[in-house]
Amino acid sequence: MIAAGNPAVATNVGRPLAGGRRFSLDWIGVVPFLAYAGLFLLLPSTIIALGAFVNADGAFTLENYQHLSRSYVVKSTVDTTVISAVTAVAGAILGALLSYAIVMGSPNGVLRRLVVSASGVLAQFGGVTLAFAFIASIGPAGFVYLFAQAHGFDYYTHGIWLFERTGLGLVYLYFQIPLMVLVFLPALDGIKPQWREATESLGGNTWHYWRHVAGPLLFPAFLGATLLLFANAFSAYATANALINQGQPMLSQQIGGALSSEVGAFEPGFAKAIAVEMIVIVTLVTVLYSLLQRRTSRWL
Amino acid sequence: MTDRSGVEVRLENLVRRYGTVTALDGLSLTLAPGELVALLGPSGCGKTTALRLLAGLEEADGGRIVIAGNDVTGLPANRRNIGMVFQAYSLFPHMVAWENVAFGLQMRHVSAVERKKRALDMLDLVGLARFANRYASQMSGGQQQRVALARALAIQPQVLLLDEPLSALDAKVRSRLRDEIRRVQLEVGITTLFVTHDQEEALAIADRVGVMQSGKLEQLGPPTLVYSRPATPFVADFVGLTNRMQGTVRGGSVEVRGTSIPLVQPDVSDGPAIALIRPEAVSIDGNGGTDEGPLVGTVIAVAFLGAVSRVTVDLGDTTVLAQLPTSSASQHPAGTRVRLALRTDPVLIQREEPAPTAS
Ligand SMILES: Nc1ncnc2c1ncn2[C@@H]1O[C@H](COP(=O)(O)OP(=O)(O)OP(=O)(O)O)[C@@H](O)[C@H]1O
Ligand SMILES: [Mg+2]
Repeated sequence: MIAAGNPAVATNVGRPLAGGRRFSLDWIGVVPFLAYAGLFLLLPSTIIALGAFVNADGAFTLENYQHLSRSYVVKSTVDTTVISAVTAVAGAILGALLSYAIVMGSPNGVLRRLVVSASGVLAQFGGVTLAFAFIASIGPAGFVYLFAQAHGFDYYTHGIWLFERTGLGLVYLYFQIPLMVLVFLPALDGIKPQWREATESLGGNTWHYWRHVAGPLLFPAFLGATLLLFANAFSAYATANALINQGQPMLSQQIGGALSSEVGAFEPGFAKAIAVEMIVIVTLVTVLYSLLQRRTSRWL
Repeated sequence: MTDRSGVEVRLENLVRRYGTVTALDGLSLTLAPGELVALLGPSGCGKTTALRLLAGLEEADGGRIVIAGNDVTGLPANRRNIGMVFQAYSLFPHMVAWENVAFGLQMRHVSAVERKKRALDMLDLVGLARFANRYASQMSGGQQQRVALARALAIQPQVLLLDEPLSALDAKVRSRLRDEIRRVQLEVGITTLFVTHDQEEALAIADRVGVMQSGKLEQLGPPTLVYSRPATPFVADFVGLTNRMQGTVRGGSVEVRGTSIPLVQPDVSDGPAIALIRPEAVSIDGNGGTDEGPLVGTVIAVAFLGAVSRVTVDLGDTTVLAQLPTSSASQHPAGTRVRLALRTDPVLIQREEPAPTAS
């Protein structure tokens, strides 16, 4: 998950930078960050991107990138995109509703503190632990299923969907919704009650308020958060791998497949090419996201 | 600008409770057409509550609100046609200044062309035509509040409400914008209720000042009257600075440190009382030298306020504030001995306990 470093989305106070023209040493402050990003982000990405141009004999090749058009890679790309998009949109909507319920309550209330701290933990919840939690509860041998079955409600009559894409989507929601809460709550907090009262005293009703004031103010943050959730799901690996070990629908799993010799060919260069594909997609989404952020930060 | 004669606004016996707190406890107040009334009072006395009830943002637990002869008590805010300027900046941040001003017209289905034109006119009225295309984040606090004023007036409301619109601004901008609000209000001729806890502001801007305490109106009157003839000790204390000096009531006047001062309300029983005396009724009569006397003391502080200065004099058993022209105050620096004189304008008294000899 890429969520960890991104807890506060709509809070950035993006005032126009003033007086940045003269010579200044302000940039020294970002040196550690640039060094970090270079070392752990740019460098590995470059190594991977270049490595994908090398074949098994160490010679230059375009083959690895060409292999991306293999039908199972294309299908995997589509599947991953769909699952990511669906869980992002569903997670964003449910998370936004939950956030709204929280801000309606008292600012220091129990509900708020509870949900926020739970979200902080759950947004990072993933991998084998999360998959196991689902398998042990609603899985075909899980206590919830056994209980439901014993009471005449067998939700696996049409197959064990938990181990398919439906199940994966459900499990993903488990960290998507909390992530949405973390990311969207600051944007909701930025909405001042006076805006609603001003709307009313100017003759507007609730619909006008959402249509002309709160909606336009929140939409970029909502969209931005959705993109973040998309990237979050798109790059998840451990959860999918723990839950689904047949078919490997997710792109991240294909990398694993290309690296393990037991499935067939051991193709490290090809694995790198898939990684590059993922990096490109996530980068695109992130760029879109930051463009949206820039827009909201001008207002709030 | 649009010429419109103001309407009468009547608050009748308004009551509002929050749980056990009674924010408004039978507030009655009538604003004459086109009048600007400033509601003044300490924090928590119910000023904002009164305003919000009038605006329809809050429901009354009792009493009536009548605007231009119509009972609007049960009407929701968006149908009251009241312009409101809030304390904190309330401009819509995603709209530029003219879009903010045009918003209320949009709610009234005014055509796009017409509302832009009228928004620009309103911005012109508050002197911000040049800022029409700025976002709130690109304007100063004072400019934002002026846009908020234009926005409130653009819908041609019957009543204008301002809730401490200047409290977030620094002193200089504050007094300039205060005069600006008054100019615009007079130009438009709109009945206005202006809430503030700053007495100087209230006295400077209003036709009449209403002083509130604990959810009730203590006094309503022209600024000069509220200041010079406070109706109650609370008003005397709250509006302006007041010296509280021990004295004795005798036959309709109070004797304070050897000076006999007439009472505002002379028909009270004789006995000890506290006289409330304005600093400007205390003057320095000359050097005290080595004299002794009830009004001779030592200057312990001099505060320069511009043209006037405020001098604190220690009389031994009490300290007294005197306000004088700076030119004469400067002749009595801290440490010098002075002789004070009390002007014999009628004063209010306060009694800590019932007079012992009720006759
Ligand atoms: N929404 C509310 N819930 C509970 N109590 C409230 C609420 N609004 C106001 N009060 C209480 O009602 C009383 C009057 O409040 P109000 O805001 O009208 O005071 P104010 O005169 O405007 O004070 P200030 O000068 O501090 O703005 C206060 O005791 C306040 O605590
Ligand atoms: Mg208030």
